[in-house]
Amino acid sequence: MNLLIEAVQWLLDPANWGEPNALGMRILEHLAFSGAVVLVAAAIGIPVGTLIGHTGRGRGAIIAITSGARALPTLGLLTIFGLWLGIGLEAPFLALLVLALPPVLAGAYAGVESVDRATVGAARAIGLTERQILTGVELPLAAPVIVGGLRSAALQVISTATLAAYISDTGLGRPLFLGLKTQQYEMMLGASILVALLALIVELCFQLVQSAAARRAEPQNGRQHRAHSGARERIEA
Amino acid sequence: MNWLSQNLHIVGQLLADHLFLSIPPILLSLLISVPLGRLAAGSPRLRTPLLTGTGLLYAIPSLPLFIIIPALFGFSLRSPATMITALTLYGCALLVRGAADAFSSVPQDVRLAAAATGHSRWGLFWTVELPLAGPVLLSSLRVVTVSTVSLVTVGAVIGISSLGTLFTDGFQRNIDASIVTGIVLTVVVAFALDALCVLAARWAMPWQRAVSRA
Repeated sequence: MNLLIEAVQWLLDPANWGEPNALGMRILEHLAFSGAVVLVAAAIGIPVGTLIGHTGRGRGAIIAITSGARALPTLGLLTIFGLWLGIGLEAPFLALLVLALPPVLAGAYAGVESVDRATVGAARAIGLTERQILTGVELPLAAPVIVGGLRSAALQVISTATLAAYISDTGLGRPLFLGLKTQQYEMMLGASILVALLALIVELCFQLVQSAAARRAEPQNGRQHRAHSGARERIEA
Repeated sequence: MNWLSQNLHIVGQLLADHLFLSIPPILLSLLISVPLGRLAAGSPRLRTPLLTGTGLLYAIPSLPLFIIIPALFGFSLRSPATMITALTLYGCALLVRGAADAFSSVPQDVRLAAAATGHSRWGLFWTVELPLAGPVLLSSLRVVTVSTVSLVTVGAVIGISSLGTLFTDGFQRNIDASIVTGIVLTVVVAFALDALCVLAARWAMPWQRAVSRA
């Protein structure tokens, strides 16, 4: 318990926030790096997942990728990429991208696939082109599930970006590993608490975005909304 | 391959450590989550706090949790108890929701019919609800099994020995083979334990052969 109090004291100590290399900078680094990974994952995963959901081709691949990825140990990827690519940001970026892609892909796929076929058929019948169906009907209706995929990707990336400091000194993992090496446990614990808080805040923000997307996708229809949250739970599991 | 044959006994020891760290949390989280999930499914008032609470738990990154838990409970940083507690918490974070969904999927009229034929509440739970919730419960248990096996490796960075030690060692000594062996073995252990879950479920629910794949 004493250690916990020391950790909070370390967190509140203005000296740890003042210098250029201080905590505020680490938090920004952590968020910027994680954000970049999630953006790239979204730029690849959403179009591919959407296309698979729209055409129905490649379903098996998605299921295999998402269940296989869960078994892949991130620390293993991180260290092997570290050996191959050297010290720097490339290796953690790649390892985190491998981590972030499956949930984004699964979210985009599950979201588009869960759109009622009758709705899509109706859109086709009134003369919408395939592109209009995709952007005007399927994507807005799939938005809550897509955001759900982004949410679990972001959460995993923020957690694991801490681990990235093991091979390249960035983000909030840095004080954590420094504390471990120099046996300054209050620093290690303080940094841990900070990462946990950051992850919780990002999680809550995504929850808000997700429910906003759900309200936009299904303004009155409660039953459809339940179907969406069902799909969301499936990809989160 | 050469590296592996020279270090077979170390790899074997790490594999044993890995199993010792991954199996207890899987069983413990199942044991804790089934009653909690049943509670959440039975009462809407408990459902939201239980599911939100365990959901937020899952948001806490693993490495920090491995450090916060010893500080909270007074374990030493590198003890297996830290690892088992943390992984049990993660397991519960996923399984409580899964169990709640599983028990909610038991049709109400089946429950009423069983009560009408004279099942006690206890008997109803064991002979009607649990078997019917089984398949959905199994699918969450499989997710927990695979992710637990993979999470155990993270402990290596704070010095808890497991297959993850092959990653940290291989990285520090620049041996690709060590890391690759670690990755392959972790995936193999994950899928082997997953297969065990499926087999155990087949034995426990002989009437459900087809559903367990879902």
